[in-house]
Amino acid sequence: MAYARTLEDIRALIVKHKRWDLIFALIGVLALMIGILTFVALFVDMAIKGVPRLSLDFFSNFPSRRPGEAGILSAWVGSMLVMLVTAVVAVPLGVASGIYLEEYARKNIVTDIIEINITNLAGVPSIVYGLLALGLFVYQFGLGQSILSAGLTLALLILPVVIVATREAIRSIPIGIREGAYALGATKWQVSRDHIIPYSTAGILTGVIIGMSRAIGETAPIITIGALTFIAFLPPSPVTAEPPYLSFEWLTSPFTVMPIQMFNWTSRPEAAFQVNAAAAGFVLVLMTLAMNGLAIYIRYRLRKNIKW
Amino acid sequence: MSAVATSVSTIMPSGPQSARLVRRLGRNVKERLIEGMLFLAALVSVLTTVGILYVLLKESYVFFQHVSIVDFLTDTQWTPLFDDAHFGIMVLLSGTLTSSMVALSIAIPLGTIIAVYLSEFAPFAVREIAKPFLELLGGVPTIVYGYFALLFVTPILQALIPGLPGFSLLAAGIVMGIMIIPYVSSIAEDAMRAVPMHLREGSYAMGATRFQTATRVVVPAAFSGIASAYILGISRAVGETMILAVAAGMQPNLTFNPLEPAATITAYIVQVALGDLPHGSIGYQTIFAAGLTLMLLTLVFNVIGHLLRKKYREAY
Repeated sequence: MAYARTLEDIRALIVKHKRWDLIFALIGVLALMIGILTFVALFVDMAIKGVPRLSLDFFSNFPSRRPGEAGILSAWVGSMLVMLVTAVVAVPLGVASGIYLEEYARKNIVTDIIEINITNLAGVPSIVYGLLALGLFVYQFGLGQSILSAGLTLALLILPVVIVATREAIRSIPIGIREGAYALGATKWQVSRDHIIPYSTAGILTGVIIGMSRAIGETAPIITIGALTFIAFLPPSPVTAEPPYLSFEWLTSPFTVMPIQMFNWTSRPEAAFQVNAAAAGFVLVLMTLAMNGLAIYIRYRLRKNIKW
Repeated sequence: MSAVATSVSTIMPSGPQSARLVRRLGRNVKERLIEGMLFLAALVSVLTTVGILYVLLKESYVFFQHVSIVDFLTDTQWTPLFDDAHFGIMVLLSGTLTSSMVALSIAIPLGTIIAVYLSEFAPFAVREIAKPFLELLGGVPTIVYGYFALLFVTPILQALIPGLPGFSLLAAGIVMGIMIIPYVSSIAEDAMRAVPMHLREGSYAMGATRFQTATRVVVPAAFSGIASAYILGISRAVGETMILAVAAGMQPNLTFNPLEPAATITAYIVQVALGDLPHGSIGYQTIFAAGLTLMLLTLVFNVIGHLLRKKYREAY
């Protein structure tokens, strides 16, 4: 039936082609289901194995040789402190870079290099950042296998995410806002500070949260800088009783983080430790889910509320 | 800044006009300072690249003074920590390539189908629900996927394939493929949605069905973007670490059989980092040589992707 000659032929052809539409739609739903069901299987499997293990003790105990007494205290405290360093470094740097590239940068070769470079950095495997940190932060700068090294490493890792989110948020601000402010005699920085930054805050926040949720689950670069897998003490407290009340000793302390603790437990042959791994993994997934969910929610609100 | 102000006031006439000039000058200096600071922040990302290249090349240079490049590329054994040391990167490369092939043979077809479905077929509500779900799938920490591959997928595969060892490239590769699906599908979908509506309308006006429009108009028009999605997927697969370190074993093994356990470049780096190698030893330097190989590998794929994009870019 090379050519449709009669009405019946044409009808048959239409039915045949429409059938393909249906078949592909079904394949599409199936493919989507494979992805979603995998996620559900992963989540439910960990919940079934891990949730019975979750208790207050699990969060307030140090890791131990006895799986029943082991907990994730040093891991979650370590994760929080590393995240703090990462946020303090990555957010200002990323937002400043984004503002520079969108509002200030002239179209020249330096700008091109910076832009191409950011695109390429987003594709560099995370373990390579670990090697950078090992060679540069740990040994060359002498920061050691510390919270500071880990926080800086993860900050560099998520910098492209923050920059790209900042740029997208800034780009969606209509040019009329800038022109209005310039017409009233505002300088570039006044426009950026009073208009660009406030209007792009929600978009930037989304990017920062997604970046942080990626950083909190990163294992490879932190293993590479040589974080210990067995830590049964806490870093020195950032707040002290006597003046000046703030201590930065914790920055140089050895540490462990949630994903490393989970890796340690997963790679042990005893089933009891694997239950611990499931529990730690469940907590980790909940944290990243909560962060991603928050980011998705902010973006959703943003799309609904902003009408320029 | 005050020094600038006084030097200006000496050459300017006094009065309210000069006060304004001084103020404007101060403002310009401040503007310049802020611009400089923002520029320095933007430069950090360039410095990161420079730092990566510096560290990798410096340590690899020392490494290649001990080991000839020919041995590195042609030796069929990887035993850097044994007395009889061999440094054949092929061994680790085979693990990386095999696991990546498994992952991509899952991620590319499924990712593409999902992208076409979401962009051309799915009702609005389905897309609004499915996209965040896929994003969550991409946001799960890789160590969790490693756990899933080792303790959930491997037992299932062992039931299906008798004799499958407890560590295998297959289990790790499959889970890695599922992890990569969202990266491929979201970028490919963005590319397809960027295809102008009038191309579709033209196609429908000619009597084409959805499927025909999708495969013969939208996909070819979005090909450069889809190619970028594939390249990103490949880089993710090649650079993935924790799933392989947990589920594929860390035993160097020159094989292209996914049913065997084998170490990848990334898993080897993790293995060495977990041990206690002294700074400056040959074992310490091998991980930088391995990292350099990994960087070059991803660079090759990125260049291919760039060329593909250039060749097939459609402008509207």
